Amino acid sequence: MSQPASRLDFEAVLVPLAAIVVSLALFGVFILCNGVSASSVYYEMYRGAFGTWFSTQNSLTRAAPLMLTALCTALPAHLGLVVIGGEGALVLGALASVVAAHLLASFGPWVVLIGMGLTGAAVGALWLGMVGALRTLRGVNETISSLLMNYIAIGVFKQIVEGPMRDPASLNKPSTLPIGDANMLGSLPGMDVHWGLVYGVVACLFSYVLMRRTVFGFSARMVGGNVRAAQLSGISVTKRVIATCMLAGAAGGLAGMTEVAAIHGTANASLICGYGYAGILVAFLARQNPLAVIPVALLLGGISASGGLLQRSLSLPDATVNVLQGILFVVILASETFYGRWKRAPAATVPAPAASVVAEVA
Amino acid sequence: MEGEALGLLGVPLAVIGGALRVSPPYLFVSLGECLTEKSGRVNLGLEGTLIMGAMSAYGVSYLSGSPWLGVLAAGGVGLLLGALHAYLCQQPRVNDIAIGIALMIFGVGLAFFLGKPLIQPTAPRLPAFEFGNWSSSSPLRAALQINVLFAIGIVLAFAMRYMLQRTRWGLLLRVAGESSDSARAMGYDVARIRLYATACGGFLAGVGGSFLSLYYPGSWNEGLSSGQGLMAVALVIFARWDPVRCLWASLLFGSAGALGPALQSVGISGGYHLLSVAPYVLTLAIMMMTSSAHRTLLGQPAELGAAK
Amino acid sequence: MAPCMESPTSRSPVAYLPLFTSLALGLAGLAACSKPAEPAPAAPAAAPAAAPGEEKAPAPAADKPFTVGFIYVGPKGDYGYNQAHSEGAAQVAKMPGIKIREEENVPETVAVQKTMESMIELDGASLIFPTSFGYFDPHILKLAEKYPKVWFLHCGGMYVEGKHPKNVGSYFGYIDEAQYVAGIVAGLTSKTNKLGFIAAKPIPQVLRNINSFTLGARSVNPKATTAVVFTGDWSLPTKEAEAANSLADQGVDVMTMHVDSPKVIVETAEKRGIFVSGYHANQSSLAPKGYLTGAEWNWGKIYTDYVTHVKAGTAFPHLLRGGLKEGFVKMSPYGAAVSEETKKKADAAKDALTAGTLIIYKGPLKDNTGKVVIPDGTSQAQTDVELEKMNYLVEGVVGKIPS
Repeated sequence: MSQPASRLDFEAVLVPLAAIVVSLALFGVFILCNGVSASSVYYEMYRGAFGTWFSTQNSLTRAAPLMLTALCTALPAHLGLVVIGGEGALVLGALASVVAAHLLASFGPWVVLIGMGLTGAAVGALWLGMVGALRTLRGVNETISSLLMNYIAIGVFKQIVEGPMRDPASLNKPSTLPIGDANMLGSLPGMDVHWGLVYGVVACLFSYVLMRRTVFGFSARMVGGNVRAAQLSGISVTKRVIATCMLAGAAGGLAGMTEVAAIHGTANASLICGYGYAGILVAFLARQNPLAVIPVALLLGGISASGGLLQRSLSLPDATVNVLQGILFVVILASETFYGRWKRAPAATVPAPAASVVAEVA
Repeated sequence: MEGEALGLLGVPLAVIGGALRVSPPYLFVSLGECLTEKSGRVNLGLEGTLIMGAMSAYGVSYLSGSPWLGVLAAGGVGLLLGALHAYLCQQPRVNDIAIGIALMIFGVGLAFFLGKPLIQPTAPRLPAFEFGNWSSSSPLRAALQINVLFAIGIVLAFAMRYMLQRTRWGLLLRVAGESSDSARAMGYDVARIRLYATACGGFLAGVGGSFLSLYYPGSWNEGLSSGQGLMAVALVIFARWDPVRCLWASLLFGSAGALGPALQSVGISGGYHLLSVAPYVLTLAIMMMTSSAHRTLLGQPAELGAAK
Repeated sequence: MAPCMESPTSRSPVAYLPLFTSLALGLAGLAACSKPAEPAPAAPAAAPAAAPGEEKAPAPAADKPFTVGFIYVGPKGDYGYNQAHSEGAAQVAKMPGIKIREEENVPETVAVQKTMESMIELDGASLIFPTSFGYFDPHILKLAEKYPKVWFLHCGGMYVEGKHPKNVGSYFGYIDEAQYVAGIVAGLTSKTNKLGFIAAKPIPQVLRNINSFTLGARSVNPKATTAVVFTGDWSLPTKEAEAANSLADQGVDVMTMHVDSPKVIVETAEKRGIFVSGYHANQSSLAPKGYLTGAEWNWGKIYTDYVTHVKAGTAFPHLLRGGLKEGFVKMSPYGAAVSEETKKKADAAKDALTAGTLIIYKGPLKDNTGKVVIPDGTSQAQTDVELEKMNYLVEGVVGKIPS
């Protein structure tokens, strides 16, 4: 397709923007049908997500773990694999990072935190690496194996937290021994957002460069495009699949580590809260592009941040934001069909975003 | 113990009873997904359909007083969600797996939103066949209570296998799933075939949801499905796209899930978290043993994007 | 990612008509909504009371209403734990000059920190009741340090003087007293002498309820035993139903529970034709035939007391605990199946617990492996902290604490 680059950029921005506008509109109709003023819902959502400095930080905090768990799905997608095992990698990574914190406790916070990060990532990597190995060595469907392994990881996690690793003092909420206040991951300077956000952004940037700008990424994408062609050109499919799945798992394990080190200070059942599953959505919405994961995670963080305010000030059910999320995802993913539709239209006549969707194609 | 109860003998009975009680939602969703995937498309959104089905069945049964109307409503809602999935996926460049996940979120969100007022009320439930009335043992009678829907599901599994293997419709569906080009060459509209298959699959998943809310556990609340819909989709691959094997897989999965509580009720409770993941470990182990890196799975429709 | 296989014909614009219609519909909707939307952002964000959509809230009597926030871990109409709290919140809402803000389904993650902060920053709350046990450490502790002028009163009874911030309080009820009375009713009503208990997790609070229920039953019926099934989490409807059926299969004819939402268990018991004793809230309408009684919370009294104190600025204890005597817990009204004789015995125990003359945990007390857990001559009153570390199941309980 010999299109000028600017046209592609224009599409890449316009189509998702138009989709967001359309979803907000559909959501407004839904809200109106329920007898609530749509304008007040939009206003409260804006206020809850980005309206004040507090709200913005709220959204950023919620986005942080999603960036990492999204990579659990986005990275293997470059090889054409649908891996949904972020939740399992997260909980086991979290548990492993606590073990590391206890073993390294005498070396001071820096060693503890680095050790936690490395151990969490390593265990996450092994966990999802197994998914890759099962796929490439045994032909086991990676979507199912990663789903099953989520359930298994959660069972193992609960068994260990309530059994061998339980802090006897954690009476009514079984938890491991705390890692200690001194070893906690702090906030970013001048903000009430923890360092996990930086980890997430860096991991996304790293993944982007790796997948789009290196030989490894090129060969991985080649496997995703055509396994036979990749094999013929001498690429070891097995190695690429396992390595990419391990990287994905490492991101998930790191997400678990930041949840422990920045929020909970211990490992307990509160860590099982669906960040892994939310990451799948982020990945698909970002079209598996690690760079796009960042804004999409922010969008999702903003939506969940505004959910509470909708409940409290408009008495809407907590599921209201889930409905919006659902509409948003369906419309954005369906809008993929509009890419490449402007091939024959002159670039100069670009009408306003929302109108163009209807006017151009209808 | 006093000796008048079943004791350890009760464990296999509870497991059988549990299989009969717990497996129907798995069965209906996996049959629905089987139908969809045979046509060459994956609908990962059936978890959302299941929950929407459960909610609408409960709501309609509560409002109309007829649980069967509820089942129909659940099927109808599932049909619509399935058709929406098929329609969107028919557009160029739209990914069926992604749309499935999006529709799952949408279905769950909508069901929770609309279902808020339904958590409290009690709706009329579905009746059961009392196959155990000959026995004087009340545990046996309870284990052999089989819901009409489940009976329909069993018949359906065999009928669907027959349909897929022996009828023109089944052949068409399989051709669409194996090679859309051949189907087109034969003059058939692949998109339409997939639309029908996905919509019918959605219908079945919705009905599966009505079983959850109107029979077992027989209540509407937000924790009703703990991922049964997702798991059922996975079971289809486990069952190698064969409806009758879907039935066996559902029963196996249901009984493995009933083992933990049954053992505890007689006082065996070690490692209960590990016992509760037994069904998943079992499924993974069987998949590892039966898959092979060197050939695609027998029965897998060639057009399936997910299993490329 | 593989795009869907497409037939060339379906690319014709006509195929997209329905999609466009829906898009156009959506746009029309936007146009309709965008008119009232205009003035909204102009509303001063600093004054949350002026936010649109609040007209429905009752007009506050004072010029600046006293805002109280309630946070629930699950849906507030769950027939259980959260409903008990939201019924308490509803009583606070009736107090003059008080405005309440509620948020449900808030997980025990950073989300609850942000909800509390949002209630303070955006709603102007000066008192917050985070009602789930797991909200306390680290979430409430962190926020309490950041907002020293806001009160955080937590349900769970975890406050330690000198260790935790001054603006934190904690309350909990000795609901096992109510379970003891329910055990008496169960023990006298059961014909098979087999009782069942469906529990979420083997934690001290839950074990104490199981033990008190069993001790109550065995105080009037020494042959009674309690079979326990742990489901592993607070809300797992299918597994709870499965547990109820397994217990019924084992000949259990009275069951009770400690899970967040007892609805499914109560309904399953009714379906199986056995008796059931409720928990958290009153579930009698779910089992008109088999509902015997139930152990209920009475948060309304605690919440209204607290709000009065905080609003008036009067002193109040940071750690508040109580049972039947203090009115923190209560019994569901007896069901039709409870005999007069049984009622009399249960009421007698209730009166003795209220008067403080009956102590549930006194030696000699053996656990179900035969080990003496409370030696002869020792007794542990309800306030005894030893009871909060409970890690045994008393004699008469069938089952082990899973590890």
